[in-house]
Amino acid sequence: MSAITVKFFASLREEVGIAETRVDATSIEGLMATLNHLLGAEKLTLLMRDNVRIAVNQTLIEGDCALSVGDEVAFLPPVTGG
Amino acid sequence: MQRVCVQEADFSTDEVYRSMRAALGPSVGAIVSFVGLVRDRNLDAGDGSEVATLTLEHYPGMTEQSIVAILDQAQTRWPLLSTHVTHRVGTMAPTEQIVLVMVASAHREVAFAAAQFIMDYLKTDAVFWKRELTENSEQWVQSTRGDISRAKTWSEEAEDV
Repeated sequence: MSAITVKFFASLREEVGIAETRVDATSIEGLMATLNHLLGAEKLTLLMRDNVRIAVNQTLIEGDCALSVGDEVAFLPPVTGG
Repeated sequence: MQRVCVQEADFSTDEVYRSMRAALGPSVGAIVSFVGLVRDRNLDAGDGSEVATLTLEHYPGMTEQSIVAILDQAQTRWPLLSTHVTHRVGTMAPTEQIVLVMVASAHREVAFAAAQFIMDYLKTDAVFWKRELTENSEQWVQSTRGDISRAKTWSEEAEDV
């Protein structure tokens, strides 16, 4: 069973090559390891850039964070609204 | 009062103004509205080619929350009677309306300042991504230093108080 929904937005979606995937993970750190395996080191580097923000269930987080079944993790490139 | 609309459809400033006015009591003394339009030339793009279309992507739910957070911040800072933001998503052509900010207060100074504050933070904190199509290229718009420093000015001012 894949517990976590992972979403990539805008330029990141194009760079990573997928909009959404589902993986098993219990923390952001664990999720990054799984994504490294799934997408490759090169794409993981894109996700690890300083200007990429991570949201868990639509709330921005900093650093590591525990994840539970049904959580949605989103990778957000710098915003350009207004 | 606070209202946030994220929508593909165009908007009528007049309608928002009328409904805001109708909902306010006699203490209102000023309503400021700002409308952002799609420009035909992106000054940041460098090559100066004309923009054919601008497409805005958002994260449904989080985008609305990010705007509510900006309006909350404005309401903490100033005595506002009503705030409204309509932000369009999807594909737009130059001259089309893209964003509306409307603020009501007892006095104009507050309404002008809050409208500017909200607009500055929409640029840096609201969850949208712009993609620009010109005759030469199609690319994601980069966030500009000017926008970031404008928004930062507000937080520095707050620290001074």
